[in-house]
Formats: sequence, structure tokens, C-alpha cells
Amino acid sequence: MGLDLLELSKTFPGNGLGESVHVLENIQHRIENGRFVSIIGPSGCGKTTLLRIIAGLEKASAGKVLLDGKELVQGTEEVGLVFQEYALFPWRTTLQNIEMGLEIRGMDKPKRRLTAMEYIKTFDLNGFEHRYPRELSGGMKQRVAIARTLIMNPRVVLMDEPFGSLDSQTRNAMQEFLLRIWLKRGDTIIFVTHNVEEAVFLSDEIVILSKRPARLIQSIDMDLPRPRDRTSETCNKIRRGILKILEEEMKREEVGDEDRWDRL
Amino acid sequence: MKKERYLLPLILILVWQGLSSVQVIPSYKLPSPVEIVLGFRDLLIVGVPPGHLLHNHMLYSLYRVALGYAVAALLAIPLGLLMGWSPGILRMIRPLFELVRPIPPLAWIPIAILWFGIGIKSAAFIIFLGAFSPILLNTISGVLSINPILIEAARTLHAKEKDIFLKVLLPGAVPSIFVGMRIGIGIGWMTLVAAEFTGVKEGFGLGYMIMTARDIQRPDEILAGMLVIGVIGLLIDIGLRAIESKTIKWQ
Repeated sequence: MGLDLLELSKTFPGNGLGESVHVLENIQHRIENGRFVSIIGPSGCGKTTLLRIIAGLEKASAGKVLLDGKELVQGTEEVGLVFQEYALFPWRTTLQNIEMGLEIRGMDKPKRRLTAMEYIKTFDLNGFEHRYPRELSGGMKQRVAIARTLIMNPRVVLMDEPFGSLDSQTRNAMQEFLLRIWLKRGDTIIFVTHNVEEAVFLSDEIVILSKRPARLIQSIDMDLPRPRDRTSETCNKIRRGILKILEEEMKREEVGDEDRWDRL
Repeated sequence: MKKERYLLPLILILVWQGLSSVQVIPSYKLPSPVEIVLGFRDLLIVGVPPGHLLHNHMLYSLYRVALGYAVAALLAIPLGLLMGWSPGILRMIRPLFELVRPIPPLAWIPIAILWFGIGIKSAAFIIFLGAFSPILLNTISGVLSINPILIEAARTLHAKEKDIFLKVLLPGAVPSIFVGMRIGIGIGWMTLVAAEFTGVKEGFGLGYMIMTARDIQRPDEILAGMLVIGVIGLLIDIGLRAIESKTIKWQ
């Protein structure tokens, strides 16, 4: 049982001025349920587009996504997405942001408040439940964003560079926090990142995509026990291996100058 | 610091009073501050025309504004949300709106009197015209200024169109709607006084009051009336601002 990406391709049609952009090419992969899978690849390669297709925000030009053999329909409750820029509703407090999905689902107020308060506790947001997003730190905002997604109990949690804009200490703390939560819950996580160290620290599996149009270059199984030591010899070795694959990919005949490979 | 704010007005009033007392400023053109205060007292207890007291003029004016303004807000806010939400609706309505908008509200007075007769309806209609445009335009731009990622975030939480409308577009546009409401009431209040120069049948209204004061050659009452109009406009704005800062705590 798992999530199947079947021959996914995506081309954004040109709009008269611009040419059409071929973003994904024939992505075929199976992600077993309950795994923590990172997707890594050059920036602008189409990682985000892939997540958006799985989340149902974008339609694939070809191919489909199956969960346990059934095609995912748009607006499915099986999949949740955590955005890169938090995407919190600025007019809603922490509590109200976390409650949003339950409110849309039509759950009555006392019940959803109770559920949301549990998440406030788990996500270490005590004392901030009535604060607005602008009053929160980056790490807190991202915890609210993750809680807002997880409270819906999706079976697949998609995360688009969730820690990309955090400073490195906060980032490390958030990685450890996310692992704790995930080990307790056991959902499938698909985690897009630029950061090879992050992928190595977190994942059961690392999927490497090529430059645009993104193809799947390689998928690496990470059989390391947790907790992992970021600086251990094994971690560094895997990291070096991945960096080498990515470097070679970058040297491969340039597709376009706009493909920049940074923030390794 | 606080004292300095009052210093200049105080000096001006004293100089003005001084010049009036030695008859450099003729009282039939610009009455002295003391005369204006006495004129204000006359407005309160004698009335212009006699028996038509100030508070009744105020009530009539406020009633007309409230009516025209409420209709404007009730139509402009939902319409603006729709126009911001749907590019199709925006394209459809915008040209017509842009065509009508440059016509000053006061230019509508003759046709309004023809349509609604002289009375509250035509005055309220003029207020409506003045307030409608700024509320509509600011509501539209409020919706357009919402980060599209918030709409997507709502979709990933399984929001239907109705939820997106009520839980994302409306709250997201509220700050801009308030800007429009404040501009709208300002324009509405200005328009009202002019509308009352002509279209009043009940014999009440602040605009009507100061025009009547002119007819009976009472510049002191005209100026006192003008001050009342200004102060009420200011108070309305302060009131709206207070509501605004209570409503939008998140900014």
C-alpha cells in the first residue's frame, strides 16, 4: 500500500508571449505508506509543481496519482499541504488558524476548540493561542502551519521547503520536532527541500530529481537508525554522494541559464 | 508638546477677535468669534428658520446620510467582493462603472429630483452616489491584494467556494473596505450639504439651515453652521476609525 506516481508529466502552456514550459517528465515512483520521503533537486526544477499536483492544486498534463490503488480526486481529505511561506491567515489567531479546516468541515465550535487546544499543546504554542501570525516568530508560524494541516489527519502530508526561511538553529530544532511528531503519528511525509543535510537527517528515502524538465534520477533508501548524527561519517558520506549526483546533473548540458543551483 | 497644538489657533482667534473689535474686519462679512458663538446659541434655542432648532437639522442630515450610506455599503461591498473574485464579472461591470463614475454626484441632483421628487429619497440618492464608488473600488482592490497562496491554503483545507468567499476574501478585504467606507462617508457628508441646498422639502437639514441663514443675512449663523458640519464630519471619521481599529486587530 502506498502512493503511486504514475507517469506524471506537466507542461504549462505558453500564453501567447511566453513559450510553454515543460516541467515534469514521466515521473514514476511508489512511496510506501508511513515513509518519510524527501525530494531534492535543482531549484526551479519542478519539485513544487509535483507537490501541487499531488495536493490537487494543479492538474497533471499526463499520468495520475493513486493512493492505495485509488486515484486521488481534487479536494481529497487524504492529502495535506504545508506551504513554504507558512500561508497563515493573518486575520486569524493561532487557534483560529489551526481550527480553520475543522471549521470548514462543519465541526461545532466547542469540539473543534478542544481538538485545536490539544494541537496547541503538542506544538508547544501555549500562551500564543490568541496571538496573530504577525506576532509570532518564524519557527512558531511554521508550527502553526503544520498543526493546521495535521489536525485534518491527512494520510499523506506534503511539505514544500517548510524550513527554508528559518535560521539554522531553529531549522535543526524544527527538524527534530517534526521527526518526533511523525514517529508518533506514522503518516506518509513527502518533504521537498534544497538542503541535502536536512534530507539526510530526516528521510527514509531521498528522491533526486533532474533539472527541468524534471525526471527522477535516483532514489536512495536511508537505512540509518534514528536519532541520526548530522555530522557522522555515514551521514557525510551519503551527503557527498548526493551532492556529486547533483553536481553532475548541473554540469549536464545547460537547459537554460535561469536554472540556478544554490543553497546546498 | 500638547500645548503647542493649541497655540496657533488660539493666537489666530485672538487676533481675529481684536481686528473685529476695532472694526478692521466688517462684521457683516466675517463676524467675530464671539458673534459666532452667539450665533451658535441662536441656532440652538431660536432656530433658523425660527422654531427649526439645530438638533433637528442635525438629525435630518444624519438620517439622510445614514440611509444613502447604508444602501451604498450594502450594495458596494458584496458587489466589490464579487468583482474582485471573478475576473469575468470585473470585466463585465467595470467599463459601465468607469463610464458613470466621473459624473460628479452633485450633477445628479436635477435628475434625482425628477426621479424621486424633492425629499429624503433624492438626498439619500446623492449620498449613495458619492459613497458608492470609493467603497466599491476599495473592496475590489482589497480582494485583489489578498495573497493567492491563502486561497490555495484554504483549498488544501478543503474549502468550497462559499468558504473561500466568507473565510478568506471577505476578512482579507476588510482593511481595504474600511478605507473605502471612510472615504465614502467623507464624500457622502460633503455631498449631503450641497444636496440639501436644493432638494429639501421638510425644512430641515444642515445645508438647508446655512442657506436659510444666508437668506436672512446672518453670517454668524452661517459660520456657526459650517463649524457644526465640520465637527460632525470629524466625529464620524473618529468613530469609524475607532470601529476600524477594534475590528482589525491583526494588522
